[in-house]
Amino acid sequence: MKSVIKGAGYILVHTPDMVLRNGTTQTTERIVNPDSEYLKELPSHLRSFEQALSYWPNQVYIGNKTPDELSAVEQPWHDKVCDVNARNGKFGQIMPQEEFLLLMQSCDVFDLVKLDKDFVAAHKAALAANPLMDETIMARINDGVDGAEIARLVSEEHSEGLYDHDKLVGCVNRAHDIDVNLSAHVMHENLVSKASSVLALLSAVKNAGIDKNEVEYVIDCAEEACGDMNQRGGGNFAKSAAEIAGLMSATGSDCRGFCAAPAHAMIEAAALVASGAYQTVVVTAGGCTAKLGMNGKDHVKKGLPILEDMIGGFAVVVTRNDGVNPEINLDLLGRHCVGTGSAPQAVISSLVTAPLDRAGLKITDIDKYSPEMQNPDITKPAGAGDVPLANYKMIAALAVKRGEIEKADLMKFPVEHGLTGWAPTQGHIPSGVPYIGFAREDLLAGKLNRVMIVGKGSLFLGRMTNLFDGVSFVIQKNSGEETAAGGVSEEQVKSLIAKAMKEFAATLLAQTD
Amino acid sequence: MGILAGKKVVIIGDRDGIPGQAIEACAKSAGAEVVFSSTECFV
Amino acid sequence: MDLENQKRVKEFAEQYGPENVVVLLGASEGEASGLAAETVTNGDPTYAGPLTGVQLGLKVYHVCEPEIKAEFDEAVYDEQVSMMEMVLDVDDIVNEMTAIREQYCKY
Repeated sequence: MKSVIKGAGYILVHTPDMVLRNGTTQTTERIVNPDSEYLKELPSHLRSFEQALSYWPNQVYIGNKTPDELSAVEQPWHDKVCDVNARNGKFGQIMPQEEFLLLMQSCDVFDLVKLDKDFVAAHKAALAANPLMDETIMARINDGVDGAEIARLVSEEHSEGLYDHDKLVGCVNRAHDIDVNLSAHVMHENLVSKASSVLALLSAVKNAGIDKNEVEYVIDCAEEACGDMNQRGGGNFAKSAAEIAGLMSATGSDCRGFCAAPAHAMIEAAALVASGAYQTVVVTAGGCTAKLGMNGKDHVKKGLPILEDMIGGFAVVVTRNDGVNPEINLDLLGRHCVGTGSAPQAVISSLVTAPLDRAGLKITDIDKYSPEMQNPDITKPAGAGDVPLANYKMIAALAVKRGEIEKADLMKFPVEHGLTGWAPTQGHIPSGVPYIGFAREDLLAGKLNRVMIVGKGSLFLGRMTNLFDGVSFVIQKNSGEETAAGGVSEEQVKSLIAKAMKEFAATLLAQTD
Repeated sequence: MGILAGKKVVIIGDRDGIPGQAIEACAKSAGAEVVFSSTECFV
Repeated sequence: MDLENQKRVKEFAEQYGPENVVVLLGASEGEASGLAAETVTNGDPTYAGPLTGVQLGLKVYHVCEPEIKAEFDEAVYDEQVSMMEMVLDVDDIVNEMTAIREQYCKY
């Protein structure tokens, strides 16, 4: 049985105060250079929620604009106002910080998140009005505590402050006095990841039009680790988020692999469904506070707004073949092996041309490639270039080397087979998967036949190996109900066996005659 | 005389440019001694 | 440049003598190459790392620059790097690197 993509959810959360307090570029600067000009200037470069809403790439991420529409807008985009500024889109939503802090409290099951009671009173109604929130989630929100108690916890108990418009409105307490893995900082980071994953799960399940109880397994592919001093990465974000999202029939597990994890998780989900182990699997990931404002120094130096002020999340629902939705082709998997090496041409060959060669396909037989979809508006001013474009040029260069396109057409390839990046630089979030929602629609509409999702990961950052990593898979137009397309149904098997038995009996009878 | 032969080479590669290990292979082929090789990541 | 990498560059320059150390870069753009080259010659321009205000003046090249490329085994370069020449703006990288070397390189 093939597996298909039934739906996807994409969410963003605008978290300007977390840029200041929790992004590692800022926390590092506060240690090494506490009086720096950067820290003084930074607050004036933060965007309002309204500005974040009318930012082109954000509207593409939640599905209100398409990648094609974005590529027609001249770069840079930070100084353009998108004509759509809705907070809800067909793939998900952009949540303001206030609602998200309440959602974090709702996602906390160890009484670690404390919110100022006035803050709760002021914003609870807004969260309750959010179409994705149900009574169970709202019932978990408590009335809050006195502001003075929060100030005391932050100053005396090492709690991590939660701020809104630079005002202390809550905190995350440490979960252990000694264990650094349960420190307030780590609990904050993990609760942000969990809460944004919950929001993504709720969006994806709603978009797929399935009942929550149909989900049997959840795979979390974010980049955080939860555990204690005896099992630092013990897990399990997947099941924790599934619990709050109300996926009562699901269990799950965490899949890790830096930015490549979402592609690994998608292949695992497709294989679990194709093997018959589970009927419905959801791949999910929340976002990452550490990366907020990661390239902020360059953005501030160049007079730009802080564009890395969004927490990202996504979830994809994978189910058994329904004869309609696009299929994940498990015969066309690319993988960077231990022996592949780190030369860019070797990496791209292993991920792109190796699987195509096995199927006798050319590079140009894939309609669209989705490698790393980082928003170039963020990366270019930071000196990291246009990451998706660099990936397309590499694929095109390979195609030239293989004689599949002319060298003169090198620059046409990114236009014809590529996309312009729109995803926030949240590590794993941009890695191939932001396109799955659009790809599903275009494959359903018959505009495309095949797309390739490529995930790449910088394993060397973990100091366990110098190796790079990556995997790829192809999503293609549904080839129809499997029983009708050459497969054999249970009824057909029964009738074939019955026929064979009759014939065998007839032979026996003939022999006795 | 060459730039690299007999020198101690420090490599700062880039995940989205040329990774450290690829540069390391080149430097060694020029007779340099690679004392450090890393790959940076901006995304 | 990553703070840990700055620390290591500084240590190696002290250990082996700055005249014996060559830094090779693989950055994806001219500007990023220039900033990294500036860091190991004139000090960290972002004032964040251990090389802030430290003028090591080290020899520094981007791996795609012609004079350094000429020293590599051709087959190794072809296998490891050549495809990226089609992807990177090599001219821009060469210009940035040359400017920094002329200004700050001591060796």
